[in-house]
Amino acid sequence: MAPGPLPGGVRVTAPILTQTPLGRRHVMRRRIAAAVAEALLRMAAMVGIAALVLLLTVVTRDGFHRLSWDFITSFPSRFPEQAGIRAALLGSIWVMALTTVIAVPLGIGAAIYLEEFAPRNWLTRIIETNINNLAGVPSIVYGLLGLALFVRAMELGRSILAGALTLALVVLPIIIVSGREGLRTVPPSIREAAMALGATRWQTVRHQVLPAALAPMMTGIILALSRAIGETAPLITIGALLFVPFDPRGPLDSFTVLPIQIFNWVSRPQPAFHEAAAAGIIVLLTVLLSMNAIAIAIRYWSERRRQW
Amino acid sequence: MVSQDTPRPSNPIQVPVHHITTGPQQPSAEEPIVEVEGLNAWYGHFHTLKDINLRIPRRRITAIIGPSGCGKSTFIRCLNRMHELVPGARVEGKVLFEGQDIYDPQVDPVEVRTRIGMVFQKPNPFPKSVFENVAFGLRIHGYRGNLREAVERSLKAAALWDEVKDKLHQNALRLSGGQQQRLCIARTIAIEPEVILMDEPCSALDPIATLKIEDLMRELTQRYTIVIVTHNMQQAARVSDYTAVMMMDEDRGGRIVEFGPTREVFTNPKDPRTEAYITGRIG
Amino acid sequence: MREAPILAVLFLCALASVFTTIGIVVVLSEEAVGFFRQVSIVEFLTERRWTPLFVEKHFGVLPLLSATFLIALLALAVAVPVGLGAAIYLSEYASARVRGVLKPALEVLAGIPTVVYGYFALTFIAPQILRPLGQETAFSALSAALAMSIMLLPLVSSLSEDAMRAVPASLREAGYALGSSRLEVAVRVVLPAALSGVMAAVLLALARAVGETMIVTIAAGNIPNLSWNPLEAMQALPAYIVQVSLGDTPAGSLEYKTIFAVGLSLFACTLLLNVAAQWLLARFREVYE
Repeated sequence: MAPGPLPGGVRVTAPILTQTPLGRRHVMRRRIAAAVAEALLRMAAMVGIAALVLLLTVVTRDGFHRLSWDFITSFPSRFPEQAGIRAALLGSIWVMALTTVIAVPLGIGAAIYLEEFAPRNWLTRIIETNINNLAGVPSIVYGLLGLALFVRAMELGRSILAGALTLALVVLPIIIVSGREGLRTVPPSIREAAMALGATRWQTVRHQVLPAALAPMMTGIILALSRAIGETAPLITIGALLFVPFDPRGPLDSFTVLPIQIFNWVSRPQPAFHEAAAAGIIVLLTVLLSMNAIAIAIRYWSERRRQW
Repeated sequence: MVSQDTPRPSNPIQVPVHHITTGPQQPSAEEPIVEVEGLNAWYGHFHTLKDINLRIPRRRITAIIGPSGCGKSTFIRCLNRMHELVPGARVEGKVLFEGQDIYDPQVDPVEVRTRIGMVFQKPNPFPKSVFENVAFGLRIHGYRGNLREAVERSLKAAALWDEVKDKLHQNALRLSGGQQQRLCIARTIAIEPEVILMDEPCSALDPIATLKIEDLMRELTQRYTIVIVTHNMQQAARVSDYTAVMMMDEDRGGRIVEFGPTREVFTNPKDPRTEAYITGRIG
Repeated sequence: MREAPILAVLFLCALASVFTTIGIVVVLSEEAVGFFRQVSIVEFLTERRWTPLFVEKHFGVLPLLSATFLIALLALAVAVPVGLGAAIYLSEYASARVRGVLKPALEVLAGIPTVVYGYFALTFIAPQILRPLGQETAFSALSAALAMSIMLLPLVSSLSEDAMRAVPASLREAGYALGSSRLEVAVRVVLPAALSGVMAAVLLALARAVGETMIVTIAAGNIPNLSWNPLEAMQALPAYIVQVSLGDTPAGSLEYKTIFAVGLSLFACTLLLNVAAQWLLARFREVYE
């Protein structure tokens, strides 16, 4: 149909775009802007990596030469050259072991309840909202709770046990979330199959769901615990010491942990102490890295084995 | 070997000659094993099953057919109290198993499921060994006899023993689809239920696996009652002794519109909707 | 049911988290109430000096509060643009391979203990970067803020990226079909659609920044200072609590109660921010799910 007046006087015009010339300069400008923008964005993404590299370089440069077997086996001292992380390392091991024993069963139990048993009612929703909110509470506030409850009210004093209980509360929300995510990786058809055979809910969970969910749960839990190793504020608040020249012998002993030892050394003016702090950081990061590697290895291995 | 007459367009499917029901023309004169009376079911506010009445004859294969979405799966899940596991699901009415209402508040649903077992549409073996799959039901019910023998018996009864006897400790998920489904049947019969419910057990399988399972079903009726939901009419015609036809009404709720010996339902349907469905005009 | 005891045990485990919250609220309120019996709330909120550990005592929380928020906002001023930029790049530009490298790197950053960031701020950022720029003291708000912004980067980036990837592909296709470039689609189609998710990410980062203790304790200073100059040293809310905890304050004394009053303020701020963020996230999910 030829362009021109249609019956009734309606004019047909040519489409708008072909009337505007797209000059080459206009296109070029758009392309340059796009390229610049992409470069900026890529840089933003790299800032993180750059910062990480910078951080690790600074720490290694400052502290690597201080690392030695003596460093690991000596107690802290007034003299920075002789200071070591022995008490702190032992304290960290004690605290982490107790924290794990307290928090993991509690967290997995809560995760199982919420994921497999809890009815969809208001109480369940309160519990779930509550857990989400707890994850956002600053860890020092947990320290205040620990101080008033475990140290004072339960009279545990400034002990490893009080520290472990406090730290357990800090990591509990994360463990619960990891536990639930692990349970969710098990397809519902497995639960159905078990129940159709006359298994009760608990039998289904205990014999079929939990074994299948174990590996993914472990990954999340190990990552949660690796955060706990670096926690400083709540333990300072409940009274962990800055200067501990002895091996802790029992859960009721006073103690210090590696990040607190680092904090102590950083807070001193002498640069030699800063170097000790850097060396302590290297040890801390190495432990962390190993735990992360284990968690990732478990995740990788379990995903390869999984047949569904 | 199953042979079938080619269905002629305007006539209902002919029942293959070799599979002639030897029983009387009506449902068996002996007591039915499951009687459904006035069963209604809901998902939340959606009334999905309406006033179902049915008598399932003992040690026979009863097929439930009907267009998709009419509630066949929901129905059989009401027979072993699996429907109520869905949040918001509700059931009213009676399901009498050996004369006792399984929905009686005194009755433990877990107990019901040991007497009325289920095989699902998609085979769902546990991610464990073949042996552990069959042994699971025995273990949780505290079986005191020789576990190995019981597992072997079940696998033989499921026509799977020869194929897995050297692989008992291999992961069940490495079996083929048809083998997995027979494994699911084996673990169900290991606890010796009286009724086996099958929810489209062959729809995820290839034709050869399907035929093996159909043969297995016929053997199983020596000891078990089977209720099978299927959307495959030829399968229902091949395999079942009795057929119930379910249809959706205007509000998408399901009702049973016809029930009788398979041959009759397919050759002489009483309800016009049955005929329409069978000849392919609807569904 | 024979299994009732097992169910009860599991239920109690779930209740432990509720007890934790109740515990926090009770403990903070109880001691804070004791504090506010001796110090008026008006003084607490309006007095401009915080000197509870000196002979002449003033109990105005403003210096601590302002330091906390100054540092947090400065940290966000860096972390949000960079984190958002990184998120846009990762969600709209990067190939799966690049993402596979960058994301784990960011996750590593997120796992580094905060004492390490404190160390970095005090021994590197302050002397090497800020001193040449005119900072005179070893401690400053800016020093802590810069280290904190690195810590917040993974949080902002991953939450924003999640929000952007939740935007359906159909919206992007509509943008491309109208002749938009990648950048235009990212900034003018995806970002606005993901806005409440991104805002929630910012709020969560703010909450995290406000509650962060070790960086501000190590790098920002230990003397309360009501000032907006980022190059000055000042003490944030959590740093005060650390300072008192390291000392020998007798239990039950007024000084002891101050840490709970400060703790309550901190808890209230972060709770508000977290609740606001969750509400935004819920609204965002409603739209896309």
